[in-house]
Amino acid sequence: MNRKVNLIKNLDWITIMLYAILVFLGWINIYAAVYNEDHQSIFDATQRYGKQLIWIGAAFFIAIIVLTIESKFYSAFAYPTLILMVLLLLAVLVFGVKVNGARSWFQFGSIRFQPAEFAKFATNLAIARYLSQYNFKIHRIKSLFITGLILFTPAVLILLQNDTGSALVYSVFILVLYREGLSGFVLFLALLAAIFFVFTLIYSSFAVAILIVAIAAISLKMIGVQTKQIIIALTILAGSFGTLWLINKGADLKLGNFSLSFVAILLNAIPFLIYTYRQKIKKAALILALVIGSLFYTFSVSYIFDTVLEPHQQQRINELLGIKSDPYGAGYNVNQSKIAIGSGGFNGKGFLNGTQTKFNFVPEQSTDFIFCTVGEEWGFLGSALVLILHLSLILRLVFLAERQRSSFSRIYGYGVAAILFFHIAVNVGMTIGLAPVIGIPLPFFSYGGSSLWSFTILLFIFLRLDANRLELLR
Amino acid sequence: MNNFSNRRFIIGGIFAFVILVFLIRLFNLQIVNDQYKLSAESNSQRRVTQYAARGLIYDRNGELLVYNQAAYDLMIIPRQVKTFDTLDFSNLLGIDKEDIIKRIKKAKRHSRYRSSIFMKQISSERYAVLQEKLYKYPGFFVQTRTLRKYPHQNAAHTLGYLGEVNDRHIKKDKYYSQGDYIGKSGIENTYEKILRGAKGLKVYWVDVYNRIKGSFNDGDLDKNAVEGKNITTTLDINLQEYGERLMQNKKGGIVAIDPKTGEILVKLSSPGYDPEMFVGRAMSKNYRKLANNDTLRPLFDRSMMAKYPPGSIFKLVQALVGLQEGLITPTTRIPCRGAYYAGRFKMGCHHHKSPLDLKQSIQHSCNTYYAQIFREILDAPRFSSINEGYTNWRKHITSFGFGAKLGTDLPNELTGFIPKASYHAKVNKTQNWKSLNIVSMAIGQGPLLITPLQMANMVACIANRGHYYIPHIVKSVGDNESIDPKFLKKQQTTINPEYFDPVIEGMDLVVHGGEGSTGRSSAIKDIRVCGKTGTVQNPHGDDHSVYVAFAPKDDPKIAIVVYVENGVWGARYGAPISGLMIEKYLKGEISENKKYLEKRMLEADLISPKEETISNNHE
Repeated sequence: MNRKVNLIKNLDWITIMLYAILVFLGWINIYAAVYNEDHQSIFDATQRYGKQLIWIGAAFFIAIIVLTIESKFYSAFAYPTLILMVLLLLAVLVFGVKVNGARSWFQFGSIRFQPAEFAKFATNLAIARYLSQYNFKIHRIKSLFITGLILFTPAVLILLQNDTGSALVYSVFILVLYREGLSGFVLFLALLAAIFFVFTLIYSSFAVAILIVAIAAISLKMIGVQTKQIIIALTILAGSFGTLWLINKGADLKLGNFSLSFVAILLNAIPFLIYTYRQKIKKAALILALVIGSLFYTFSVSYIFDTVLEPHQQQRINELLGIKSDPYGAGYNVNQSKIAIGSGGFNGKGFLNGTQTKFNFVPEQSTDFIFCTVGEEWGFLGSALVLILHLSLILRLVFLAERQRSSFSRIYGYGVAAILFFHIAVNVGMTIGLAPVIGIPLPFFSYGGSSLWSFTILLFIFLRLDANRLELLR
Repeated sequence: MNNFSNRRFIIGGIFAFVILVFLIRLFNLQIVNDQYKLSAESNSQRRVTQYAARGLIYDRNGELLVYNQAAYDLMIIPRQVKTFDTLDFSNLLGIDKEDIIKRIKKAKRHSRYRSSIFMKQISSERYAVLQEKLYKYPGFFVQTRTLRKYPHQNAAHTLGYLGEVNDRHIKKDKYYSQGDYIGKSGIENTYEKILRGAKGLKVYWVDVYNRIKGSFNDGDLDKNAVEGKNITTTLDINLQEYGERLMQNKKGGIVAIDPKTGEILVKLSSPGYDPEMFVGRAMSKNYRKLANNDTLRPLFDRSMMAKYPPGSIFKLVQALVGLQEGLITPTTRIPCRGAYYAGRFKMGCHHHKSPLDLKQSIQHSCNTYYAQIFREILDAPRFSSINEGYTNWRKHITSFGFGAKLGTDLPNELTGFIPKASYHAKVNKTQNWKSLNIVSMAIGQGPLLITPLQMANMVACIANRGHYYIPHIVKSVGDNESIDPKFLKKQQTTINPEYFDPVIEGMDLVVHGGEGSTGRSSAIKDIRVCGKTGTVQNPHGDDHSVYVAFAPKDDPKIAIVVYVENGVWGARYGAPISGLMIEKYLKGEISENKKYLEKRMLEADLISPKEETISNNHE
């Protein structure tokens, strides 16, 4: 009895309130999105909004169950849970049914269940468990390997189900790792990689090569190399590039500018190393290595884009970056989505008055594109409110995570915040044309039991851990 | 372990930054940028135009000339099309499978989501069958349109035709949108705004499949179509039809006016065409066919757009100006020795007795008579210069409606050409040019150009003894709404009424003067016809025959001009056709004794190659 009172007292009711508000808003927006004159009752269980209410009710019970379980259980059973999920992910590859091209669903009668959704909290538990080990050092090879194993196993299995969106979620754990001591340099490299990727596609690999050289020049300046020396180095590089360009032209070798610049840099690498070694410029070698590495990466971007990505993924990225636009083809969804949101104006068209979403101009309006209904019917005010509620929840989670005594709880909390963030960023970003079209749900909003329950479990495990924040979990 | 806890700010910052970027983006999408609101409207509203029935057109006796007939356009929305039995479909429409596929492709190019025309103007028989089976072909529907229909095959030039609007029309008048029809010529053109009525609009909500989901805003934006008003023209379709028959196989034009009102009774250009040719699908093909007919130029409305030198009929006006200027009296006699001589200048005339007084000069169309009085008019002592004298003459001439647009209610009216004094100064390269330089104008030759409509108006002026009403084609609009008041206003010439009688007497003699009267063949039993023949020299072939007349002499009810290209001389075709037209109009039928004349006129063929030789060279 006393424990129960304590539990209720120790629960973070602010988070629960935010959760409840978001779930409620999600429900009425699903109602608006698939509103049907023949089934006006929001409780009509033959319609998605009626069903969503059932899922919400179930989520409530799930939350209670999650909260009543002893918090030690979660750390103790972190690994077995993950193993179970991995087995389910394997099983779904064999026994699953295909929905929208992804073999990621189990079907029991009329009920479908998506293990990928539940793999998230399982992975999060396992990561929290592994990283919170006594004397854990993240930069050890073994640590990185096992961390990678925990993250990549479910991600790859989900990728095999052809559910790219859910697989990409695991990339967000880099933020958790960063919080736990991963070098900021890795984060910076990841950022650079993203920038180079986009630049290579929008402009050309040669443009990126110039960018890389420019960044290298600035880096050299920052480590104390004289401007004069940098200018000489750049002149030599430009000179060798020019010579190569003429040879290429003369001999008709048909090499691209990027290849020429690559060769020019490689040719100058040895003299550069010898010179900098003699001048005792220590980090120059590192910068050179990064330049060459970046060039290799840039070179492979086009290759990855052309061979690894599937045509529809290429189209979506082309569409996003504005390289190719086809508002009635690959860009149809995003274009319609932007029209729906844009037509909402400042305060929206009003509840149930949306036209773009209601008349099916926007695809997947109750699941992946649910934010369109918010944007159209509630306008800028409503969409800003939803985003701010989500941000508040995430920041609240960060705050809660930081107050944990046990690293397990903290790491898990960061995981929850990061996963929610990734979903919001990609889902909303997609609807407003800032992210490629990747089908992942908007937490608490998108229609569907699996995602709602998975987010509920994810969140309430943390709330359970937080209620025991003073305990030290191992 | 907590030595990295400051990183929460970086991580929290990343979260907040992304959301901030989203908020800015949303602000831009939802508040700054209007484009999405507009797209949303065009996305989800279907504006269905309610086409107004176009006004009908009647003749002066209430005979229907133009009405509407329903036509059916088969529309397609490619996105909704499901696989279907092409064989059955091609049988229904009478086109082959390849054609169907081609048309679907074309529609897809236009838009997958919006409707476009799959097949234009399906006949009502096909439509009846199609309608029953259309449910089998989702994505197809039929849109009803109206086409013009003509009970009479006459007056095509006057009635005009409809065509699809082009970009220029749309730019000029917001009322039109792509695919609308507009009057391109004739009455359809000048009375477009009255005939078209007002389109209505129904706005529906549609879903992504273009299925109607209900009325938009409870019909707030809906507008009912307003039917176009009917028009009663001044045309007498029976007379028009008769005129067209008389003119068959001849090039030329007829204009007949009721001088008391300026109402155009007949206006025809021959060869004409069946107005039905410019309706619907066949239009562009027929149009090209007619437009490319260089020799006959059936699209060319000779009654209004042909400019001819008036020839001898112009002598009537010259006589009136001479009388008004006091230079001659009805009894002034001028001798003629078979030609007009002035120094070494000679202008030929033809055989007639001499000297002639005014009315005889009209009867015999004496060139000498008019050369002399024209020069006297120009060189009258009260003028200080030839320019002044000529300008005075020109004032009189233009008061008959020559040299400027009359202002009728038909499009494409031409001004004709009555040169100004400066023109002659320029041609003769001196301000001091001589009346002799332009003496050919005395007999309606030289640079003068006049349209048949203007000629008819001149006859009306004479019949009215000095005034006219602007010729017009519409008698009333809608339920007897009055027409433009300018058509009811008397237009006065500069000639006093009393001077008309001697000229009219001359015209009487042209018809009833016995021997040497060129207009005998226009005479009608019991009706006093006054006329005047003319011949216009044609450098390209046989001269043109022209005849003007009005009747009855004392109570004129019809003024007419008949112009027959290559008709050789006025007496030959112009006069008999005029006489038949007048008789038909005033009596309703042709008397027995003129049947042979009617037959000859109907059979005369000036277009097909001919062998007949012309013996009689007299005028």
